Amino acid sequence: MRGWHSAVLAALLLGAVWQLVVWTTGVQHFILPSPGQVLAAMWKHRVLIGEHAWVTLVEVLLGLAIGSALGIATAIHLSVSATAQALLRPLLVFSQAIPVFALAPILTLWLGYGLWSKIAMAVLIIYFPVTSAFFDGLMRTPHGFMDLARTMGARPAAIMFRIRIPAALPALGTGLKLAAVYAPIGAVIGEWVGASRGLGYLMLLANGRAKIDLMFAAMLVLGVVSVGLYLTADFLTRRAFFTDGSEEAFRSRAPG
Amino acid sequence: MTGAIGVTVRGNAETSAGALFRALELTLGEGQWTCLLGVSGVGKSTLLRLIAGLETHADFRGRIEASDGQRIPGRVAYMAQSDLLFPWSSVLGNVTAGARLRGERPCLARARTLLARVGLAEFEDRKPAALSGGQRQRVALARTLAEDRPVILLDEPFSALDAHTRSEMQDLAFELLEGRTVLLVTHDPGEAARLGHRIHVMTARGLRSIPMPTGEPPRPVDDPSMLACQGALHRLLRDSAPSSDGNRGAPAT
Repeated sequence: MRGWHSAVLAALLLGAVWQLVVWTTGVQHFILPSPGQVLAAMWKHRVLIGEHAWVTLVEVLLGLAIGSALGIATAIHLSVSATAQALLRPLLVFSQAIPVFALAPILTLWLGYGLWSKIAMAVLIIYFPVTSAFFDGLMRTPHGFMDLARTMGARPAAIMFRIRIPAALPALGTGLKLAAVYAPIGAVIGEWVGASRGLGYLMLLANGRAKIDLMFAAMLVLGVVSVGLYLTADFLTRRAFFTDGSEEAFRSRAPG
Repeated sequence: MTGAIGVTVRGNAETSAGALFRALELTLGEGQWTCLLGVSGVGKSTLLRLIAGLETHADFRGRIEASDGQRIPGRVAYMAQSDLLFPWSSVLGNVTAGARLRGERPCLARARTLLARVGLAEFEDRKPAALSGGQRQRVALARTLAEDRPVILLDEPFSALDAHTRSEMQDLAFELLEGRTVLLVTHDPGEAARLGHRIHVMTARGLRSIPMPTGEPPRPVDDPSMLACQGALHRLLRDSAPSSDGNRGAPAT
């Protein structure tokens, strides 16, 4: 509750500083609108913003689902196959050296102006963090658990699904929380490169027509969507993976 | 459980740092508690892990045989200093973990009976995080019993408990593991003197035996002959510790 209070306080503080800058510099409203003007624009264009936000949200959620599923599958595959590790890991690291932004025009060329090029961007941007976080978790199964499983005569599949994966879920949760923040970035980049709908498209459109208040309003909504996704991911990982939600508490209890 | 078996280990073990033990011969008597005492890094845990069929850092040459000539893997249960409870499973889930990991149908009735025997019948739905250290180790004991193996390998299972809880756990474990062949690796002379039918001190020069205290284990915590044995073990441990102190801080292997 205290975290929630301080977040509201921080937002109010930011708004106050913003308003102060607008007053003291006397900057034109088409360069930097005041917080009040942005909120007014948000209310005035609420239907328009809502429609575009919905499009972006669908792209982000589909991207999150597909990207997480691919990342989870890759991490499990890497953790059981030395060959996959030897072949895929360098590729994965190399793929991170290429800016995803540079791929956006190609994806639009390949997948068109519709939803799928944006979903592909979101998938590309979250695939690595999810894979990497979950894979690290899978490789850090406490030795004591493995010893116990061996003396019990556990089957390899049971070791994976009943020990290694549950033990790695807090790490996966960390990856999914990162993904929840990155996925909207991917979708919006996709929309900037070529789209007719979505918050990224709306921002570009508003910017081009010097409707800076609308641009800020759309950006604010995008931020709220991202924070909402992060909080949802955080809540879900706490609920689903560990009651106390703390990977550190778990690791410190488990033997190394 | 299909009758008690004895276990004999004979052989040498080497690590990259040199010989761990040479021409060692250790016999675990049928249905008896054999206590293996030694300073850290002397190789007692390695010996236990070899019997358990677990990975070690040592290169072992020799034989590990059961008295009935059958294979040992699959007939040992293992309990470590850490309770190794799965934090995501309930107490009942942890007690039945072995069956689930083997792909068998767990027997819940038996698991509940075992939980009642360790005094945790009311706790079956709790998560391990909600239990005290002593309770968690009792769940681990119930899980070990659920495995129903003739050979029980205990690697300092009570060393993380406070003195009072520890002596209670020793009595409980001794009672519940009756009839099984137990190897207890410990660095606590008092524990060995209380529980051992046989006590071996592992030193860099091999196994040393000392006169056993009178009376059957578990011996009372204030039994004079037990206390005398504890003192003798202490003396032997101090004398056997490497003079250079080089190994004192080394982690148990």
